[in-house]
Amino acid sequence: MGADAEAGMRAAGAGGGAAGGGAVPGAEAVVYEDTGAYQDGNALAGPLSEVFGVDVTRAAVRCTACGLAGPLPGLRVYAHAPGAVARCPGCEHVVLRLVLGNGTAWLDLRGTVGLRVPLA
Amino acid sequence: MGIVSPGFHGRRRQGDVKLPPGQYLTDDFPVLSAGPTPRVGQDEWEFVVTTETGERHRWSWREFLALPSETPTVDIHCVTKWSKLGTTWTGVSLDTLLADVETTADYALARSYGGYTTNLPLEDLLDGRAWLAYRFDGEDLHPEHGGPVRLLVPHLYFWKSAKWVHGLDLLTQDEPGFWETAGYHDYGDPWLEQRYQGD
Ligand SMILES: [Zn+2]
Repeated sequence: MGADAEAGMRAAGAGGGAAGGGAVPGAEAVVYEDTGAYQDGNALAGPLSEVFGVDVTRAAVRCTACGLAGPLPGLRVYAHAPGAVARCPGCEHVVLRLVLGNGTAWLDLRGTVGLRVPLA
Repeated sequence: MGIVSPGFHGRRRQGDVKLPPGQYLTDDFPVLSAGPTPRVGQDEWEFVVTTETGERHRWSWREFLALPSETPTVDIHCVTKWSKLGTTWTGVSLDTLLADVETTADYALARSYGGYTTNLPLEDLLDGRAWLAYRFDGEDLHPEHGGPVRLLVPHLYFWKSAKWVHGLDLLTQDEPGFWETAGYHDYGDPWLEQRYQGD
């Protein structure tokens, strides 16, 4: 990551810049700038398949904060960070976090009501 | 801290300095972010210290700026392996902010606008080792880098230097923060390469 991350940010940011204006429920109202610094949920496909052993890009997720449900690729994944942070497209709540390191995957799903994964 | 040969005042090269294990030198200032960038105006920003008894100490932007400032030049080390040397900040020492705060707490949880948290032993915020920084390189701190105010704790991995800092909870028990609950080390000493839990 590092220098590459910054280059990625610049590239990703070029198309962004729209004002977000969303508020996080439970926190004080915070205005965000949408810098476009995220990828879609397909960015999680590789690492999550390693954890689950199935293709999770077809999975449906529901946000614990606002209840919005949708396919995993609809999540906003911030990967220029110590781990991948997937946020709800409706309310920016953290739905899923994945950290890979030392041959270990840490998966935090506390922001997810459920994960519906088609097995066939 | 770098070993610069006498008479050499140019750019330091990788071989000239000792970096923590596994780190590489960068002249950039990479932007890492776990979410969208909160926009917090100086007029609405405040810093709130909440002690273990629930007592609150608040500083508005104006009250904060009226405190004596310092201009530390420090090396910073990100857990994603970049290190940046000789960065200059302007900020208020946590010693100053906590001077009149009565507490027996051993731990602190920093809270940011936008919901980010990170935990530190309270003693790591004291003795001239931590600041609330509001300027970088002589300019107002850009929101991408945590402005209007970020925590600066350069002796730990940089995820401990919470961007967009809003407050500190002083706690009698350690409470892991955002990355510390997701596999990262509770303390994060770069010189001991404490990246992940178990390191
Ligand atoms: Zn949501």
